[in-house]
Amino acid sequence: MQRFPCPFCGLRDEREFRFAGEAGKTRPDTTQEVSDKEWANYLFFCKNAKGPTCEIWVHTTCQEYFVMERDSATMEVLDTTPMRKDVA
Amino acid sequence: MTGHRIETRGLIDRSKPLSFRFDGKTYHGVQGDTVASALLASGVRIFGRSFKYHRPRGVWGAWFDDPNAVVDIEFGGITYPNCQATTTQLIEGLVVRSVNAWPTAQRDLKGVLDFAHRFLPAGFYYKTFMWPDWHLFEPIIRRMAGIGTLNTDVQDNFEAAILHDHCETLVIGGGLAGLMAARTAAKAGKSVLMIDDHPEFGGSSYRYPNDAADAPSNWVDEQLSAIEDAGGRVLSNTTAIGVYDHQAVSILTDRGVGVAPVVRKLRPENVIVATGAVDRPITFSNNDRPGLMSLDAGAEFLARYGVLVGHQIAILTNRPDAANVAAQLENAGANVDLLDPKSGAAKTIGSQTIKGLQLAGHTHTCDTILASAGLTPMVHLWRHAGGKLDWDEGRQTFVPSTGPDWMRVIGAANGTFERDALEEEARSAALNAPSPKRRIYSIPPLLPDTNNTEGRQWIDFQHDVTLKDVALAHRENMVSVEHLKRYTTLGMAGDQGKTSNVAGLAAMAALKGQKIPEVGTTTFRPPFVPIPLEAYRGAHRDTQVAPLKRLTLEPDHRALGAALGEYGGWLRPAWYGEDDEKSAVTRECQMARSAAAIMDSSALGAIEVIGPDARAFVNFVYYNTMSNLKPGRIRYGFMLTEGGLVFDDGVMACVDDTRFIISCSSSHADAVMAHLEHWRQDSFDPDRVHIHDTTQNWSTVTIAGPMSRAIVEELGVLDTLEDLPHMALKFGAFEGVQARVARVSFTGDTSFEISVPNSSVSKLWQQAIAVGKPHGAGPVGAEALIVLRAEKGYIIVGKDTEGETMPHDLGFGAPRLRKSAAFVGDRSLHTDNANREDRKQLVGLSVDSGEPLLPVGAHIVTGQGPDRRSLGYVTSSHDSVALERPISLALISGGLAAMGEKVEICHMGSSRHATITSSCAFDIEGTRIDA
Ligand SMILES: [Zn+2]
Repeated sequence: MQRFPCPFCGLRDEREFRFAGEAGKTRPDTTQEVSDKEWANYLFFCKNAKGPTCEIWVHTTCQEYFVMERDSATMEVLDTTPMRKDVA
Repeated sequence: MTGHRIETRGLIDRSKPLSFRFDGKTYHGVQGDTVASALLASGVRIFGRSFKYHRPRGVWGAWFDDPNAVVDIEFGGITYPNCQATTTQLIEGLVVRSVNAWPTAQRDLKGVLDFAHRFLPAGFYYKTFMWPDWHLFEPIIRRMAGIGTLNTDVQDNFEAAILHDHCETLVIGGGLAGLMAARTAAKAGKSVLMIDDHPEFGGSSYRYPNDAADAPSNWVDEQLSAIEDAGGRVLSNTTAIGVYDHQAVSILTDRGVGVAPVVRKLRPENVIVATGAVDRPITFSNNDRPGLMSLDAGAEFLARYGVLVGHQIAILTNRPDAANVAAQLENAGANVDLLDPKSGAAKTIGSQTIKGLQLAGHTHTCDTILASAGLTPMVHLWRHAGGKLDWDEGRQTFVPSTGPDWMRVIGAANGTFERDALEEEARSAALNAPSPKRRIYSIPPLLPDTNNTEGRQWIDFQHDVTLKDVALAHRENMVSVEHLKRYTTLGMAGDQGKTSNVAGLAAMAALKGQKIPEVGTTTFRPPFVPIPLEAYRGAHRDTQVAPLKRLTLEPDHRALGAALGEYGGWLRPAWYGEDDEKSAVTRECQMARSAAAIMDSSALGAIEVIGPDARAFVNFVYYNTMSNLKPGRIRYGFMLTEGGLVFDDGVMACVDDTRFIISCSSSHADAVMAHLEHWRQDSFDPDRVHIHDTTQNWSTVTIAGPMSRAIVEELGVLDTLEDLPHMALKFGAFEGVQARVARVSFTGDTSFEISVPNSSVSKLWQQAIAVGKPHGAGPVGAEALIVLRAEKGYIIVGKDTEGETMPHDLGFGAPRLRKSAAFVGDRSLHTDNANREDRKQLVGLSVDSGEPLLPVGAHIVTGQGPDRRSLGYVTSSHDSVALERPISLALISGGLAAMGEKVEICHMGSSRHATITSSCAFDIEGTRIDA
């Protein structure tokens, strides 16, 4: 059982968190032409890297999304940062 | 004569006799015995039969490392399957049965399988039973091959306590090394918890009573007192089942047969692993015969239980300390032959019992053989924690190398087998000082001889894997350790390879011409020993996992005689009154269509979206265009996943340009809330749009039916209903409290949803019932509502939709083609897959009046013989009271273009016919909605 530091609530049990996606993915502008390939890349493909990763997680009890850098091989949490612009 | 109890030795209480039964016969043991020690003391040798060939099997190890003596235990009317006889503490009245043997271990009728062994090599099941279908053979093979008998009775009050605990230093294993480490750490001021899986601490110290000036038990007591005096804690009968991420350790305390275990979870700052080592079997011909045990088993049965395992004992080992064990056995009255396994090929003589050992052409008469090819350190917890292993050529086994800095492995688990080396190692671990260099220790290699795979040379006793099977796996190119494991099932038995892995790897390495470390090891996974499933559950069950959501009106429903049921996590009225379900639902359907239904709709989700960007937000999360929804108006719509699949449906009301109220499926409110938060924080400025779930704050009474308007007028929540058309919202007041009235309908009739804060709803409900009564209206439960909506073809997401359903499959295709703004899932609605004409689409199915219901799940089929295939299935099916005939909804491939076609319906082998219709079966023109 892992423990993750929510940038707002501190160190909490992993059961309170959900994975929301790999960081750095941008939703294509669907008002413009988006190819099947581009959409499939966005929708289905992940780097799923072994080692250091940068991911978006949500702390379900406070509902805040944040960026978590962690090592997917050692499970070490390297850093968490809020996504809020007003929280530096 | 075989095993027997001697007068001295042991940690048992000879003054406390216990009786128990084994395979129908009564036996006696004493307090402190395990099931295995009591049976050995009574001369029993055969404890069970092996998994595949039903070979007679006796005890190999004295503790968790025994793969053979697996038994079912009945106690207090409950059967506990697959217990290890060697670790189960004996109590009065146990009924013990050998597994895998019928009728008893001694006389096993299936033993004939052993004579057929030539036909049952590794992979036999995979190869032989593939054609035409493994499932045809599976039940018979499973019945023959299974271990243990599962009890389907649930035992009352068998609930594991799952606790959270804390300590700074956790010492796992209370043998010599563990005791020394715990004492040092406690004296240094650490909060220490030391655990050991035996009832007594002390580990192997009892084997050599003459070593110390004091008896071992005095030395152990002294250490325990010192630990406790320094504030440390100790737990016996407690094993560490696993080390998990972020330094979490689970430990389990066995409280004996019939009592649920206690599990403690903790995150110590330091973990000291002192879990010892176990003997490896020697791979030679018929090395599985009952009476052939590990060297340490011979020593342990004597030291802990006062049981001498044989009279004429042959010791076959490369271990340098064998003479010490031999001396102890001789002191206890045995004749011991110390033999060198390197002197030549070995073979046991005798089948049911051992009569001798043939070694390098000589026959040594004996009734018992104690064997060891060296000690295997128990490095499992170190591997759970991510520690690495090195192959140690001198020790002929894997030992810990680099790993996490918070864990230290000491004693035999670290390959430190000499007792005089323990103190320094334990001390350094306890004080977090650098560990001393591992000493040079060298034993002659004693690995399986792959040039001679003849005979039955067992590697995995419980799963019947022989050296020949490993050779076969190699010939068939199953050479990776993970393939070897799955192909032969080597290491997949209850002991998870504790005794068999090194020999299996060594054999494969030899066959491949590689070194053992090049072959590698399989993954070590928790739990360290087999544990009851209860250890994972504890109180985490039923409503403690998913608490029921309760309605504010529940007492009112009960007062009206409601039958309550769970719907999407909510406890809701299913129907009212004393009638049986069918009569009640029929009566409520009639009332709804002829007068009005009064319903509690509070379980529907009520999520408010507020802020300057609220309108843009709802337009983005809905499939339907919401940008032009006027204040005071309501629109029906779908939320989709980004994959274009229907996620939820419901209505949304626009209060004003900055406030919207989303009404979602009652079971879905939490998921919808999470979905909205995701998009709010991903794609919007979270300071300009806010989402607030008010489901638990507001309650809603729905009045639907031809008389609803009259009833709502009398309730006086709004001054007038004249300017409230279908799909409109107005605010009013009920007894001075703000109320919302929404014209939305889930039944197809004129319908009003009146929402008030929870504190006012009971009064509103009671007034509605009172006012409605003269009009012929009354309370209607969820079951009737489900029929009423099905008559109209209104869907329930998750019931009438599946994991591929897109909105155009439900007949809502317009936004897909016309909505120009971006919305969640938009691009996914224009893939080749989304454009297919044979997508499963929602339609109705009609059968003639008087015919029975089509069963939910029945398949719509086409074609004959081998071309026969399913086109879809029935999703909802009800007796329509209004139409006086069965109605059904179904998802059918290309169904929307097949109106009026007759189709074949197949269910459980029988076939019927039905006609594809529109999903709406009642009031198709929709005249009742605004009557
Ligand atoms: Zn938080």
